[in-house]
Amino acid sequence: MKKVLIIGATSAIAEATARLWANAGHQLYLLARDEQKLITIAQDLKIRGAAQVDYAAADFDQTMKHAKLIQQSLSSLHTFDYVLIAHGYLPAAHISDHNIPLALASFHTNAVSTLSFIHFIIQQFKQQKYGTLAVITSVAGDRGRQSNPIYAAAKAAVSVFLQGLQHQFYRSNIHIIDIKPGFVDTPMTAEFKKGLLWAQPETIGQGIAQVFQQPKNCIYLPQFWRYIMLIIRWLPDFILHRTKL
Amino acid sequence: MVFLSGWGHYPIIAADLSRPAHLASIRQQLNNSASIIGQGHQRSYGDSALAQHMIRMTTFDRLLDFNPKTGVLICEAGISLQQLLAIFVPRGWFLPITPGTSYISMGGAIASDIHGKNHHLKGCFSECLYSFSLMIASGDILECSRTQNAELFYATCGGMGLTGIILTAHIQLKAIQSAWITETQYSAHHLNDLLDLFEAHHQATYSVAWIDTLAQGTQLGRSILMLGEHSAIGSLTLAKKNNRTLPINLPIWVLNRYSISAFNQYYFYQGKTTTQPRQVPYQTFFYPLDTIQHWYRLYGKNGFIQYQFVVPKAAGRTALTHILTTIHQYQQYPFLSVLKAFGPANQNYLSFPMEGYTLALDFKLNNTLLPLLDILDAMVLSYGGRLYLAKDARMSETTFKNSYPEWEKFQRVRHQWQAHTRFNSVQSRRIGL
Repeated sequence: MKKVLIIGATSAIAEATARLWANAGHQLYLLARDEQKLITIAQDLKIRGAAQVDYAAADFDQTMKHAKLIQQSLSSLHTFDYVLIAHGYLPAAHISDHNIPLALASFHTNAVSTLSFIHFIIQQFKQQKYGTLAVITSVAGDRGRQSNPIYAAAKAAVSVFLQGLQHQFYRSNIHIIDIKPGFVDTPMTAEFKKGLLWAQPETIGQGIAQVFQQPKNCIYLPQFWRYIMLIIRWLPDFILHRTKL
Repeated sequence: MVFLSGWGHYPIIAADLSRPAHLASIRQQLNNSASIIGQGHQRSYGDSALAQHMIRMTTFDRLLDFNPKTGVLICEAGISLQQLLAIFVPRGWFLPITPGTSYISMGGAIASDIHGKNHHLKGCFSECLYSFSLMIASGDILECSRTQNAELFYATCGGMGLTGIILTAHIQLKAIQSAWITETQYSAHHLNDLLDLFEAHHQATYSVAWIDTLAQGTQLGRSILMLGEHSAIGSLTLAKKNNRTLPINLPIWVLNRYSISAFNQYYFYQGKTTTQPRQVPYQTFFYPLDTIQHWYRLYGKNGFIQYQFVVPKAAGRTALTHILTTIHQYQQYPFLSVLKAFGPANQNYLSFPMEGYTLALDFKLNNTLLPLLDILDAMVLSYGGRLYLAKDARMSETTFKNSYPEWEKFQRVRHQWQAHTRFNSVQSRRIGL
């Protein structure tokens, strides 16, 4: 049985992953903003087979409360075998053009609050000398594009931070994983037209549960995104800038 | 705006589809339109889950309460039966009533008051349903059972989503010892033999027949009857099988008189030679087509209509013979046809089953099909039968109103709760509800 902390546990991808962990009989601690949803999800995961499920509702933007939240989850789990960070949101496209405070607020949620949580988790990992942390970033962070630069910048910040940690904890029992999902059909992307590239949260959840068992530094989910992003990263500016990507 | 259809890919409509994650957002949407319908996994065949504004409930797929001693479960209505079975079969629980596909939602099972291979003994899905919660037109949520808001209960079971949005269900599961089914096959060389076999095996827990609708004359209605019992041996967990996918629409000409006839010939003889009881996983017995994703593509780009009707027992032989010969006269060749004996009807206003025989015929859509189906409608009605709303894409208002005698009671309940001001599907408008 693994002791698992999930931050942003009501996100569709986190919930899909949590169901697999519940089915495997792990003990879970859920953190999210929406208490009502947490109650329902905790109940669901218990029936699906989780050894124990506890939760706390909190506004993650208040980073000074993070230390207490991590303490609270530790008093239930005692140790962190797995930690999944899945919170964040997609700000409206071109938000920076007309609402700077909102753009910066999204950066705070998607980058600053995530980095804050990572710090506290790493502290605990160092104490227990092991642990696996995976953070859901995005393919969007691989290259800045006109469609949503502030979102891409936040995700890129987290990805680069994770790279640094991977370097730091190389050859230890602490594993840091950067998970980069492509287009996922969730309430966060409800407004988008869905095509062939779209995946279901269940598919992404399976990929995440798998990578916890065999940690890698960075995975794209579904995996074909590795190749799409390879092309996008290597595309010369003079070509990229003529597209609407 | 999206283009959407039911499982039969006919008709296709352009409409708004929302997939809310919170009750509050459903409530909000109720004020936006007078043509709203809730939907699950889009497995009803025709236009019953299509409307100008569709609310897809699949994100509501959580388990809310389960008693492992009694098998009583409360869950959200968007969960599919397949998801439920994957969780509960390994723990020794099964659905007391299940249709021929596991990809439907709990809400859809209630709204269509689905039936299964044990209808002759156990009735429709509502038989294992204690209560459900329903968001009505006002946005309020009501708990409905046979004792609480009873009229709304009877209207909603089989009511095709026209009373409100089904949110949760409180159901009874059934204990099983194994995930396997003991299947026994019998071949019948004529329709008469088949109906006799149904009669003789009335006590079998599950029964259904595949019927060769192309065979005529002395072989009219030759068929394979499949009986099933929950096995006492074998484990509760099954090895995971990979599903196959039909990646593209097959060309329209692939299914024709000759290819179907060849398939039927093969299927009848393989059934005829399988006389010993055999053990099959529950999915193979109940959901044979679920292993082929997108199997509707067999019928090509125009889609298909599953024509499912029921005729009363007394008229059974005459009616089925008459209908099978008429189909042949019109040179329409249904692929995959299924016949089943029904037990008595229930109290729900729009539930489909009545004591008698139901035949489901899959017709590839073409220009000459629709006039034939109108003729079949008249024949079915003249024998006192009716059509299944969950499969229907084209019956007329008159056909519906003449064959569902309680439609006025149903409509009265809808008016009483203002459901008619919000919940209207393409189908409900067509059949005059």
